[in-house]
Amino acid sequence: MADRNFSATRIPGFATIAVAAFVVLYLPIFTLVIYAFNAGQSIAVWEGISFHWFAKAWANEAVKSATLRSLIIAVSASAIATSVATMAALGTTRRPAFRGQTFIYVMINQPLMVPEIVTAVALLIFFGVIKQATGYQGLGYLILAHTAFCIPFAYLPIRARLEGMDLSLETAAADLYASDWQTFRFVTLPLLFPGIIAGAMLAFVISLDDVVITEFVKAGGQDTLPTYMLGQMRRAITPEVNAISTGLLALTVVLLTAFFLLTRKKG
Amino acid sequence: MTEYAIEARNAVKAFGQGDVAVRALDDVSIQIRKGEFFTLLGPSGCGKTTLLRLIAGFETPTSGQILLDGQDITALPPNRRPVNTVFQSYALFPHLTVAQNVAFGLQMLGRPRAEVDRTVERMLALVKLEPMAGRKTSQLSGGQQQRVALARALAPTPKVLLLDEPLSALDLKLRKEMQVELKRLQTETGITFVFVTHDQEEALTMSDRIGVMSAGKLQQVGAPREIYTTPVNRFVASFIGETNFLPAVLGATGAVLGSGDVLALSTGGKTGPATLAVRPEQVRLVPAGEPGSLPATITGWVYFGTDTHVHLALRDGTEVVARLQSGATGDSALTKGEAVGLRFTDGALQILGD
Ligand SMILES: Nc1ncnc2c1ncn2[C@@H]1O[C@H](COP(=O)(O)OP(=O)(O)O)[C@@H](O)[C@H]1O
Ligand SMILES: [Mg+2]
Repeated sequence: MADRNFSATRIPGFATIAVAAFVVLYLPIFTLVIYAFNAGQSIAVWEGISFHWFAKAWANEAVKSATLRSLIIAVSASAIATSVATMAALGTTRRPAFRGQTFIYVMINQPLMVPEIVTAVALLIFFGVIKQATGYQGLGYLILAHTAFCIPFAYLPIRARLEGMDLSLETAAADLYASDWQTFRFVTLPLLFPGIIAGAMLAFVISLDDVVITEFVKAGGQDTLPTYMLGQMRRAITPEVNAISTGLLALTVVLLTAFFLLTRKKG
Repeated sequence: MTEYAIEARNAVKAFGQGDVAVRALDDVSIQIRKGEFFTLLGPSGCGKTTLLRLIAGFETPTSGQILLDGQDITALPPNRRPVNTVFQSYALFPHLTVAQNVAFGLQMLGRPRAEVDRTVERMLALVKLEPMAGRKTSQLSGGQQQRVALARALAPTPKVLLLDEPLSALDLKLRKEMQVELKRLQTETGITFVFVTHDQEEALTMSDRIGVMSAGKLQQVGAPREIYTTPVNRFVASFIGETNFLPAVLGATGAVLGSGDVLALSTGGKTGPATLAVRPEQVRLVPAGEPGSLPATITGWVYFGTDTHVHLALRDGTEVVARLQSGATGDSALTKGEAVGLRFTDGALQILGD
């Protein structure tokens, strides 16, 4: 009997196209990583292996402070966004469907739909007004902006996890004398935890490599790692940028791998 | 002090509003005695789960009251009622081990660690699951999960244990074993069990008393034998066991059947149209024309091993089934179309209200 299932793998030329796609996707990144180890000054002419550029980036005060700033923003924004997203997910799934539910989904996911550049300009103007009024110039604006666009990324895995959860477990906890708080603490939260971790990591990565909104919102001297690198691009490019990128890439890969391991495992 | 563990007084539960409202419970009053094995029996959708959820506190009645030990608990949340539930889906906590599941209720009650450990051990022994204490519940078979659910609900020694069709997910053999097991647990612990099932045989074999429900209403409450032998209405008679229904008109000294035959029977002063019910095992075949017997014709039979169901027609075509022990008649003695006489065991005929 003929196999009735459609499979893209049997389309002629599938393998060729797949390989080409992988090459296009990964060759530039591969080149970037290779040249991070270049002994010479160029990002295009290979002159032998060296860790020179990593050492140079590591010693660069501007890189250090930008890295620290990036981490502070990413940690704060992802922590706040994850807490908010957890509450939003509990509020939207732990009850029968209500009027306006779709509207709330749209509102929560708004940052995914509005073009980033529009949000960036809007925030620039909005925060400008607040800066005028309060005189506050600190990192708070960046943390707030990052929190806003991180929320949907934290929300989606948490909500997926909640929707897969058996509601009768919470009923059973209440039946076994758990108060609302105990039910949340000992049943809902532990079952939700993989979703929360996944959401937090996704939010962290998204915050870490944001350029557009950060570029518009940051005050002078508030470069994050990505905006610092963008600034470097305007000058002579050395493999130092490759080295920084490679570090950022390594961090992202580690986090995303952990994310997939956590979301894959059920129960 | 009252002799009742649980009482429902005029409990009404309506879901939805206006035209789409469903009366899941329609004015149910019930009294469940302390220490008894009480079964709620009825077809799917008749409101059994809703009544259990009202007792457990997961739903509040639209009107009416729930009493526990004579105290009105209608407004108490589930975590403040000394009542535990064995859920139909078991609802075991997947992130906890078997022992942690069993310990959960006691921990939430803030019992000391040593007491919790001792009780958990005792409960696991009671349901014969000691070797599984450290396992995750997902590593257990259906029957074992069922036992964990039981142990978890029994551990805090509730005043009442509610069981919502706990055996329906098990295969036949396991179900029979668990029926015996449940009955043993109930006797050993002395806890009041309110057991829900739609299986009449299960209800008859396990219960001290049965409450039969239909369409949100309680139809009859009584001991299994009472429910079986003296059903109060057509629904109860047909839901529990098999029954022959004979339309009749009651007079002062007896009943006139649709076939025109007259049956002597004490009608308790009732007159007018009624339905008579008689169980197939209370119908006997006698030679045609025997005085006091009803004339009938054999239309067929079905052999069941230990007994044979003989299908008969009265003169007006009313169908009657007689259950005869297979050895007693010998199938060879039956002939299709043969004229026979029917007799009913003394006191077997029940007059049914609707
Ligand atoms: N939460 C609910 N919302 C609406 N209708 C419900 C709800 N729960 C039960 N019902 C309805 O109430 C009736 C009784 O349900 P239930 O108590 O679950 O019956 P049983 O347990 O006897 O099968 C059914 O018609 C069911 O559809
Ligand atoms: Mg039910």
